[in-house]
Amino acid sequence: MSTALVTDLTIFVLALLVGIEVIGKVPATLHTPLMSAANSIHGIVLAGALLIGVTAHSVVGYVLAFIAAFFAAANVVGGYAVTGRMLKMFRRRTPGGPVPTQKNES
Amino acid sequence: MSSFTATIQLVYVLAAACFVVGLHLMNSPATARRGNQVSTGGMIIAVVATLILLIHDGTVTGIGWTVIIVGALLGSVVGLYSARTVKMTAMPQLVSMFNAVGGGAAALVAVYGYMHDESTRAGVLGTTTVSTVLDVIIGSVTFTGSLIAAGKLQGTITGQPVVFKGGRVLNAVLAIVAVGAGVFMFTTASQPALLIVALASLAFGVMMVLPIGGADMPVVISLLNAFTGTAVAMAGFVITNWALIVAGALVGASGGILTKLMADAMNRSLWNIIAGGFGTGDSAVPVAVAADAQIRSIAADDTAIQLAYASKVIIVPGYGLAAAQAQHAVAELAQVLESRGIEVSYAIHPVAGRMPGHMNVLLAEANVPYPQLKEMDEVNPEFARADVALVIGANDVTNPAARRPGNAISGMPILDVDQAKSIIVIKRSMASGYAGIDNELYANPKTSMYFADAKKALAEMTAAVKTLVG
Repeated sequence: MSTALVTDLTIFVLALLVGIEVIGKVPATLHTPLMSAANSIHGIVLAGALLIGVTAHSVVGYVLAFIAAFFAAANVVGGYAVTGRMLKMFRRRTPGGPVPTQKNES
Repeated sequence: MSSFTATIQLVYVLAAACFVVGLHLMNSPATARRGNQVSTGGMIIAVVATLILLIHDGTVTGIGWTVIIVGALLGSVVGLYSARTVKMTAMPQLVSMFNAVGGGAAALVAVYGYMHDESTRAGVLGTTTVSTVLDVIIGSVTFTGSLIAAGKLQGTITGQPVVFKGGRVLNAVLAIVAVGAGVFMFTTASQPALLIVALASLAFGVMMVLPIGGADMPVVISLLNAFTGTAVAMAGFVITNWALIVAGALVGASGGILTKLMADAMNRSLWNIIAGGFGTGDSAVPVAVAADAQIRSIAADDTAIQLAYASKVIIVPGYGLAAAQAQHAVAELAQVLESRGIEVSYAIHPVAGRMPGHMNVLLAEANVPYPQLKEMDEVNPEFARADVALVIGANDVTNPAARRPGNAISGMPILDVDQAKSIIVIKRSMASGYAGIDNELYANPKTSMYFADAKKALAEMTAAVKTLVG
């Protein structure tokens, strides 16, 4: 087992523990935005997809790089946009106070 | 490690730190938006660092640049469009689609990495790593599994469990083929073997999700989310990128926690769900609500009297509310009651909706302030003080039978609706819920049934309250 692999494994295990600690505190109210935020974070695979480009010099390589970049970009951009859209809806007070008001179109 | 690559790695560490801080800020609705912004910032840093790395490397061909830039731009447009236009009720499908593409991209990174490695060092032992094989297996299973889950949620594939003879045997065979071909790769570097691993895993993903019923989707989505995270972490091992490893581990942890929470809230083990068969109602032992039990039905005017003169009302929304698109109607009724000084809150069971926390998003969209959204443990002691509990489209999660042993929902955590002084249930019919058993709550002398579509019923109640109090 190489030193690099040991380092990678250490980072993986520690990050897993940090994740359990941090995410365990998120209230149930926010579980859907949490999952959506986690979704956008795994969009980091875009970095991996772009790095394929470094060594891709064949048709198969280009096709794989294209699909991977497409998938990962959809994941990361869509993920952050939809999480933001959801979180914007969580308000402490009803706009305009407790009296029914016009529908809030944003 | 040259000072340049070291700097880039450090930038990746910074990005990973932003992800952790971003998730940490999500522990309260007040700071959650900032959390998302911090996380977005981290992502931009990581992508820019990667582009700098590519430019610095200088080996990317013109076609290479075109391919990745066009691919990424097209993907961004598709992602942004779906994010902007998706209905909140369709959120689970979208999350499932993002799981699919994330897992798919992770698998492709490993497939490419392996092909490239093998073509340059053909036949050399030790080029196959455990992480490559795991990445391809988990990523492929996530890809097809999530597509099937999204199809089931959208209704393009039946929500009923699709079970056929020999399905489990086929599953076992596919798993053995995928793992077997993977193990073979450790002894002999082989591209065809990798192809077999990928194909068997893709088929396994389909076969894994097809037999699972619609009611179990909150668990399935959470599980596939954990899979995607793990696949991305494995991709990080393959290309030795710390940002991918940390991000993947964070998502894996999040998916794992949510999977456990959802399975506990449904009173089912993960294995039981994956093995399938729930939601068919076949195995459920009916709980006898005596045939002569008094089911009282109630008119809008009478509900209005109960609601208008209450001092505390707890609303219990279930997926039926969302299915009837009645979020805005319930929010309007709540506002009318609040304007009379009545304390209104919402009791939300963890599995209300089609994914973890789904009901909260639907109510937030209807302008319900989040301090009124109460979790099960927080709200259960409050039912005893409530004058009226208004149950809308929720069934199994309110059934007191769960407190007794010997039936399909025994031990399932429920909302203590029966503790309220009076209970009004809005329901279209006496049909049973997913567990396939009768709800004893309906036979409770304190309970009145209002048989109607949720949206129509709420509009009638609101109108009746307004007429009553002028």
